[in-house]
Amino acid sequence: MSALQHPASDAVVTARDLRVWYAGPKGPVRAVDGVTFEVRKGEILGLVGESGCGKSTLGRGLLGLLPEGAARDGSLVVGGRDVLSMSAKEARRLRGGELGMIFQEPLTRLNPLMRVSDHFAETLKVHEPRLPRKEIERRSLEALRVVGIPPTRFRAYPHEFSGGMRQRIMIALTLVVRPAFVVADEPTTALDVLVEAQIIRNLHTLRAEFDTAMLLITHNLGIVAEACDRVAVMYAGRIVEIGDAREVFRNPQHSYTRELLRSTISLETDGLHYIDGAPPDLVAPPPGCRFHPRCPDAMVVCAQRTPADKVLAGGSRVACWAAEERAGVSGLGPHESAPLEREEIGVADEA
Amino acid sequence: MPTKPDLTLDRPGDGAADGVVDTVVELDDLSVHYQLAGGALARLFGLGARTVKAVDGVTLGLRRGEVLGVVGESGSGKTTLGRALLGLAPATAGSITYRPREGRPRIVSELRGAALRRLRTDLQMVFQDPSAALNPSMTIADAVGDPLRIHGVAKAPERRRLVAEALERVGLTPADRFLGKYPSDLSGGQKQRVVIARAIILDPEVLIADEPISMLDMSVRAKILELMLGLKDDLGLSYVYITHDLASAKFFCDRIAIMYLGRVVEIGPTAEIFAHPRHPYTQALLAAIPEPDPDRAVARDLPRGEIPDAAAPPLGCSFHPRCPQATPTCGWESRDLRALLEEHWTRVHPDQYAAERAVIGDLGGLDAPVTSVELGTGGAQKVRSILDRARAENAEEPLWQGVEAVEDAGSGVRVRFHPGVDPALRRAGGVDVACVLYPEDAGE
Repeated sequence: MSALQHPASDAVVTARDLRVWYAGPKGPVRAVDGVTFEVRKGEILGLVGESGCGKSTLGRGLLGLLPEGAARDGSLVVGGRDVLSMSAKEARRLRGGELGMIFQEPLTRLNPLMRVSDHFAETLKVHEPRLPRKEIERRSLEALRVVGIPPTRFRAYPHEFSGGMRQRIMIALTLVVRPAFVVADEPTTALDVLVEAQIIRNLHTLRAEFDTAMLLITHNLGIVAEACDRVAVMYAGRIVEIGDAREVFRNPQHSYTRELLRSTISLETDGLHYIDGAPPDLVAPPPGCRFHPRCPDAMVVCAQRTPADKVLAGGSRVACWAAEERAGVSGLGPHESAPLEREEIGVADEA
Repeated sequence: MPTKPDLTLDRPGDGAADGVVDTVVELDDLSVHYQLAGGALARLFGLGARTVKAVDGVTLGLRRGEVLGVVGESGSGKTTLGRALLGLAPATAGSITYRPREGRPRIVSELRGAALRRLRTDLQMVFQDPSAALNPSMTIADAVGDPLRIHGVAKAPERRRLVAEALERVGLTPADRFLGKYPSDLSGGQKQRVVIARAIILDPEVLIADEPISMLDMSVRAKILELMLGLKDDLGLSYVYITHDLASAKFFCDRIAIMYLGRVVEIGPTAEIFAHPRHPYTQALLAAIPEPDPDRAVARDLPRGEIPDAAAPPLGCSFHPRCPQATPTCGWESRDLRALLEEHWTRVHPDQYAAERAVIGDLGGLDAPVTSVELGTGGAQKVRSILDRARAENAEEPLWQGVEAVEDAGSGVRVRFHPGVDPALRRAGGVDVACVLYPEDAGE
């Protein structure tokens, strides 16, 4: 636990008990409900989970890009400054300067009437108003070169590029101001598998060239295994497991992580696995561990008490009674560790 | 046209050794071409309208009771192929024949109006996005029962019974719980089950499923595939499974056709395709899949670039500009030279780019697909040295094998390429593949 209480000095982003909620018709939706983690300098942290688990809200919450009516609470420190107590003006200056975002659909983020060169000029001028024209061009071309866009296309319009090239341009546009931290929300989901592979492979180069830490939000576990140093698994608004990507994939500790890995259809798939039931309603989530109604390992205690974050032997931080029980550190009595009698889940009650 | 076509086998991928094959749908040299409307000026001057060859001479058969996978990237023509099977996209050449269990074969590509509508009782479709495929203001009962109403199959009370039956079949039990609901009340997986219920309610023989699980959550994808496999066995269905996802195709399909830019480039039994992928494109697709296994990294030597413009496909083999194994006769041309120069310039210092660009001049002359092209305006010697530098950077680049000669011409050089071959599907081992690397059956 000490690693949590005293975040490593190289943390770019430190979130502690961060909450994000917004108004829904049935009451406040707690999309992010008390998450604690850090993103270290220059690392790529993967964030995975089913749709509706709050991963996109968390990503936007870190940057303060939330819709009207959403609220944040807890503590969020970026580059040594407390973001939640900042004025709107200060926060805007931070965004795009030190913080950046890469979206799923690049075409909707590029202005069709502006040349690529104008996009770069605009971005650079906002954050570094005194930059001379020659320098703007040099920095832009350098950023484009790193993502593999030839200088011959510098004055072209967005529609003259293919989908993959547009996403490269977006990435270059985000990185050209050299942010310390970037949130990439499903950056390759709209792309073909070969183009996706090119860009994922390129991420390592980018990280090295621009020294940027990244939160990579994706539903694709393969991409996490390929590109990320660490991975956080999110379920129903909470981070249920976080650790070194290789360790989490090889020895998943939380029952949800294990089931999610098993239900992924990959080239190794020889039988079909899936998780019964659907993720809970974030207005009124179930008590105890939020995964217990769907969990094959659920014990009596899982429906009663919320498991605490514990760092287990492999170094992963996990919130799961069954994982603690396996590691022999749960301290549960026989009554509490008895299997939970579950209600039958209908075939069609699914995500 | 410098490319020379060669002969095609009958119904590739069928495995001629199997003898008689019971096919339910047959595509014979099917093409679906679209005319692009040019601008008003182009029409005024009678300039040629461009044609997109979405599907370009595809011959294959769907066997009764099998799952045939059609796999490719976006722009490969796989979705158009699926739509053509249902008569939703007009065939511009070739034919589609449907052979029902009972009754006479029907030429789908010639059906119109009422006859085409009647075909839908036998051939049905499952769409990618269940939210878009369901009318938000129709109850589930109305949506699933709609095909019955359209085809006048049953009266209202009978219809309700059939709808309930179809819902239970797809796992939406008890059906009463779902009949009065609206699509917005259901999860993604449940909506896709409704779409499947609607597709099977007329008791069809063939389902065309276009990316049926790609919009769904990881945790339910396997469940929907399992449902479809169960329905296939219970109802005696045959599937065409259209997808970009080789991993699910590997699990789900009996045979797989890999499509690239409107053509089938490889087709054969799933096990053989995965054990011995032959076409370089198939090999690339397989190598590019990111696996949730930390010990397996995606290959380094993946094809560059993206699927080309279908209105102006590359000469020779459409895949040659991206192919790591391309040969001298794969169809090298002017546009490849442009791509090579541009790639070279992403590697050099800006000053060197500026100097070289001045020597080469405008690149517009390289945009028309030809095998002999003039390059540069700053003197033959200077242009040659730029080409030499680009070549020295990456001597492995397959384009150089395709260069027949570089001659001095005008104020630059003329680059001549070997004429290309457009490979047809040919038997190779247990599959059919369209690639010059597999000239004929080696009798494996």
